[in-house]
This record gives sequence, C-alpha cells and structure tokens, in this order.
Amino acid sequence: MRVVAAMSGGVDSAVAAARMLDAGHEVVGVHLALSQSAATLRESARGCCTIEDAGDARRVADMLGIPFYVWDMAARFKRDVMDDFVAEYSAGRTPNPCLRCNEKIKFAALLDKAVALGFDAVATGHYAQVVERPDGGRELHRAVDQAKDQSYVLGVLTAEQLSRSFFPLGDTTKPEIRSEARDRGFYVASKPDSHDICFIADGDTRKWLTSRLGEQPGDIVDAASGEVVGSHAGAYAYTVGQRRGLGLPRHTQDGQPRYVVNVDARSNTVVVGTSDLLGVNAITGDHARWCGPAPQGVVAVGAQVRAHGEEVPATAWADGGQVHVRLESRVRGVAPGQSVVLYEGTRVVGSATIGAAALER
Amino acid sequence: MLPSAISAMAEQMAVTGNASSLHTSGRAARRVVEESRERLARAIGARPSEVVFTSGGTEADNLALKGAFAARREEDHARHRLVVSAIEHHAVLDCVDHLVAHEGAKVTWVEPDVRGVVTAAAVRAAIEEDPDSVALVSVMWANNEVGTVQPVREIARTAHEFGIPVHSDAVQALGHLPVDFTESDLDLMTITGHKAGGPLGVGALLVKRSMQVAPQTHGGGQERQIRSGTLDVPAIRGFAVAVEEAVASRDDEAARLVALRDRLIVSAMDLGYGITVTGHWEAGDGIRRLPGNAHLLVPGCEGDSLLYLLDAAGVECSTGSACQAGVPQPSHVVLAMGISEQDARGALRLTLGHTSTEADVDAFLSALPAAVERARRASGMDG
Repeated sequence: MRVVAAMSGGVDSAVAAARMLDAGHEVVGVHLALSQSAATLRESARGCCTIEDAGDARRVADMLGIPFYVWDMAARFKRDVMDDFVAEYSAGRTPNPCLRCNEKIKFAALLDKAVALGFDAVATGHYAQVVERPDGGRELHRAVDQAKDQSYVLGVLTAEQLSRSFFPLGDTTKPEIRSEARDRGFYVASKPDSHDICFIADGDTRKWLTSRLGEQPGDIVDAASGEVVGSHAGAYAYTVGQRRGLGLPRHTQDGQPRYVVNVDARSNTVVVGTSDLLGVNAITGDHARWCGPAPQGVVAVGAQVRAHGEEVPATAWADGGQVHVRLESRVRGVAPGQSVVLYEGTRVVGSATIGAAALER
Repeated sequence: MLPSAISAMAEQMAVTGNASSLHTSGRAARRVVEESRERLARAIGARPSEVVFTSGGTEADNLALKGAFAARREEDHARHRLVVSAIEHHAVLDCVDHLVAHEGAKVTWVEPDVRGVVTAAAVRAAIEEDPDSVALVSVMWANNEVGTVQPVREIARTAHEFGIPVHSDAVQALGHLPVDFTESDLDLMTITGHKAGGPLGVGALLVKRSMQVAPQTHGGGQERQIRSGTLDVPAIRGFAVAVEEAVASRDDEAARLVALRDRLIVSAMDLGYGITVTGHWEAGDGIRRLPGNAHLLVPGCEGDSLLYLLDAAGVECSTGSACQAGVPQPSHVVLAMGISEQDARGALRLTLGHTSTEADVDAFLSALPAAVERARRASGMDG
C-alpha cells in the first residue's frame, strides 16, 4: 500500500514510519505544520509545531530513505481545533483538543488530502490497535501498553476512517519502542514525550485563554450555602473537578476542601462544593460517533470519561445523535466538553461529547 | 559537477599545503590559488586582483552588501540608503533586513514589471528620490526562480551617473549567460562554484579595483585584506576549472538548453490545463531568460502536491521556497511580479542543466497530466 506516515518529530511516529516501511509499504513522511506564525515556530519549546521537530522528522525520513514533505494545515488547525478550543472553554466546557485534532485534522484533512494524492492510508504513532475482523471490517482496540493507550483520543474515528488508518505501535510498550528507536539509530530515541497542549507552549492554559478572551471577573459561589465565597477572572478558565487555583481560604467553615462542581458560562459563575457533590453516574453525550454500526438497545460497556481515566462498568443506549450512559459506580470530576468513550472489552464501541452529568438514584 | 573539475579537485586534495605558508608546499599551494584566480578572472572578463574568494554566494553577497554599506557610510555618513530589487535571493534580502534592523540603513525596494524585469528607469526613479543618500544599488543578474535576465549594464551606467556603486548577484548567470565583469560596468559581483558545475562551498566576490569594501570577517586578511580565512585550495582549483569549461562551452550548451526549455514550455502549455509561463519568454531567446529555466503556473494546483507527484514519477522540480520548518510559501518573486497569492501557489520551477536530456523533458511531459489532475483533486484540502 501507499501510506503517508504522519511524522511529528517524536520517537513514536519515527518508529511507526519505520515499521510501515519494514512491512513492505511504500511510505512517504509528512510533517504537519500547524502553527500560525514563524515567530511561534521559533518560540514554541515543545509540542508538534517547532522547527526542531520538523527537522527531527526530516532527519528520520532521510535515514529511512523515504520522501518527506511538510503540509501546511495551520489554517484548518486554527479553525477546527484552536478556535473550537476557545469557544468550548468560553461556553463553560472543557474540550480535548487532541481528540478534535484526530477527528478534524489527522484523520480528515490529512487523510483526505493523502487519498486525493493517491495514497491508501495514513499511519501514526498512536498507541492503539486496529483489528481486522473475518468479514474485513476493522475494529479499534486498546494498546497493549495500558499506561500509554491512546484509544480514547481516537474514539471519534468512524469505521470508514479506521479502514484507512494504521497504528503500528499498538502491540508494543513504550519502553520497547524507545529501545527499538535506539537500535534503529534514531537520535530522537531519547527525546522527551510531548505533554499538554501543543499550541500552548508554556503549558499555562489559563493565561493562554485569558490572552484571547480577556479578563471577565465574576463570583465563586458555594453550592450548599449559595454564598459568594470568592472571585475569579473568567469562569471559562475553570473545569469541573478542579481544586487548585480557586484562591479560596484554605479552610472553609466546615473544614472540607472545595472543588469546582459547575461552570455557568451564561452568568459567568463558578460554583464550588464538597467532593461528595462531584460524584455522578448518569451522562448524556452529544455528537455520538460509532466505530461500526450503532448499538441496538441497552448494551453493557465500559465507559472512560477522560484521557487517562479509569474505565467504569456501565450500560449505554443510543438515542439519535445522543448517547445515554449509566455508570455502575460514581465517577468524580466529569466535565462537560470532555468525551465519554465506550468500550466492549478492549474494543472501542464509540464516543460522544459529554453534555450533562448528574447523580441519579 | 563537471568531471574535469572533480579530477582537478581530487588531485589537489592529495597535495598538502596552506597557501598562506611560506615553505615549499605553501608556495606550491599559493601558486595553484593564483593560477586559479587568473583562469577564473580571464573566463569572466575580470582582473585577477578583483577576485576575492569566499565560501560561496551567500558569503559573497553578505560581504558585498555589508562591506560596501559600511565603507560608504564611513566615507559619507549620509549614505545610508540601499536601492535593491524586490526579487533578490534571500542572501541579499536578509542582509538588507539586517542592515535596516541593526545598522541604521533605509531601503528602497525596486519592484519588477510583470515579466520580472527591474528596469533601469525604475532604478533611476528610486535613486532620484534622494540621490545623495544612496550607498549602494543591488540588482541580481538573472532571477533564480523565474529566469528573467536583468539589464545590469544599463542599471550600472544609470547609478554611476549619480556616483553610486552597483552590486549584482550573478550566481545564476555564470556559465549560462555571457558574463563579463569589466564590460558589465559593475562594481561588485557575486559568483559561486556549484551553479557552474564546480564544487559546493566556494565562491567569489568580484570587487572593482576602485571599490572600497569593509571586511566582515577578521583574521589573517588572506584575500586582499577584505576576507580572512584559510583558503580551500582544492575547491578553488575545481571552481576555476569548472568556470573555464562552462564559459568555453556556453554558446553550444545554451543553444541546446534553449531548445529543450522551449519544447518543455510549449508542450506543457499545449496540454490544455491553462498552464502559463512566467517571466520574459520568447522561443529561441537565451539572452533575456536563462536558457535552462522553465517557470510555470499551473492553475488549480498546490505546487507542493505537484512536486510530490512528479517526484514520485521520477521528475525533480521545485516550487517557491519553504520556511525554516519546511512550510511551502508562495514565492516573493512571483508575488512581486503582481501575480495573486492563489496563482502563485501553483508555481512550478524546472531547471535544465548540463545533465538534462530530451528524455528528461519527455518524462516530465508524460508525468504532468496525471499529476495535475491528482493535484487538483487534492487542492484546497489544507485550508
């Protein structure tokens, strides 16, 4: 097959490209330029948009002897990922930009362009497995390395997208990938993992949001008493379940720590409460995406509500574009805007964007 | 690289000797350098003493711009303005930006006409804004992207009416156009080895005897006290041999390339995709356009998609340029000629040289239709 290997400049995508080549595919390396300005390219110290990263990706492609191109998708990335990120926070939700990037950029814009140019598929360094069923259909499964598993951020992919995707690292652990990279002579073998959000260079999301949305002072209200207990510079910067950075007195009257339990964007209010208010067991998700046919009736699944969260036994049923999920145990800090990804064993069934979460008895 | 240049260079690499040393092997190396200087000078109509060897075209451009600016400013502080064409190579553009940002220079960019020609009249108009403030005029001999040849002699004469020296980056012209330094009336001229079939990493700045240039690297002062650094004797020898041969075979080679180029351009335009040629082009003309340059605009395509598809079909070409991270950008040259950003994205540059054959042109022409159709399907998917 003719395959585009998406190469970020990191160790994972380097090994993924090498493995595709070993498997006998015709491989072309593509680095996505996602940053808007040259200045940001120079300033950004990590993530997927630096000159250093583009150079590292090119160096690996040269070692592999494959062609290498940089595709400029900065405009689409800004519109579909960064602007969406700001709009979501501004509406009081907590988006996952990596998931959005996979949905709109890597397995949409990149894949579409690759297909138009005559490629059959895209390969990335994500930790997840694609399993082919006897009938030829493809399923997405968790990676062997549970600590690195990225099936959550790929949970938005449809069967059609999966049929053109390769994740060559899913059967291997991260330490093994690093050692394989060393054996292959890649100097990126010891390059640190990227963390956080690639377009926020210093990792300070609140500062980044404030520079775009401006300060919007408002109240922090206690859920139990209804009293104003503090103030904030913009409700958009808060996430349900958050405890740090509230600026509240260390000890409240009852001596219990306070968490964000609700972000009301309309009234610009952050509601805080004790930890017992955080537990929910009923989730309604919008923007449902199914990896294969939508489940019929009520199905038993495992539900994961954040990138590195635990999977919780649950039942779920599809309802048009919505999904209802009933968790068997309470989960804390379920933030609207995050995704709920449903599993059956290690297989991804589908995903939805969390719209509301509540405690039902 | 020309085989004669490779063997001359290889032979020299086996001989030790620093041309700055006074002992026997040093004198032998010195002799090779001076003989090479003389051969090079003869080939391009210059005096040997006017040849200042450098590490290549970029260093020569830096030395010309920064060195002449500093010297002129020293002589007369009012001389702070540079008159430079807007279609220069980055080796010139970035020097100008540096001088503006850090050395108090002002710049007047001279725009080309729609064919990519920087006319002497446009240079005159730029000078006449304030003749006494101009330190230097710089206009390249031939544009590396669209291939248009500039009227450098006329420009030099125009600037000299005002007593202003002129530099020209002749990197693209050497070996492909008749280049005669004395006849051109230029004061400074940049050339480089690898564009004329010589080695990489060696070039020269031609400096007229009357021209003052302040050194930009300091040290042993090996080259006329203007440029310091131990001379790369094998590269200099290979450079001289290559230029001598390229100049000697220029007439025949240029005629051959013009024929290849014209067939490529005419056939590409006849394919029915609305392909046009950029810059000054007339069939059979190897004087006002570089003989081996074909610069095409392919409507509805991204140049980088074409580049990939053609490369996969075994045809190597280029588009505009890329930023440091490798992001394709519309060419500043094409934009300066008044072509829209949208059209500039479909630019495709093909360069023919001494290794190019009829079969190469055939390969390009047979790969092009499928590439254009695919690239059109992929276009607009980035934004």
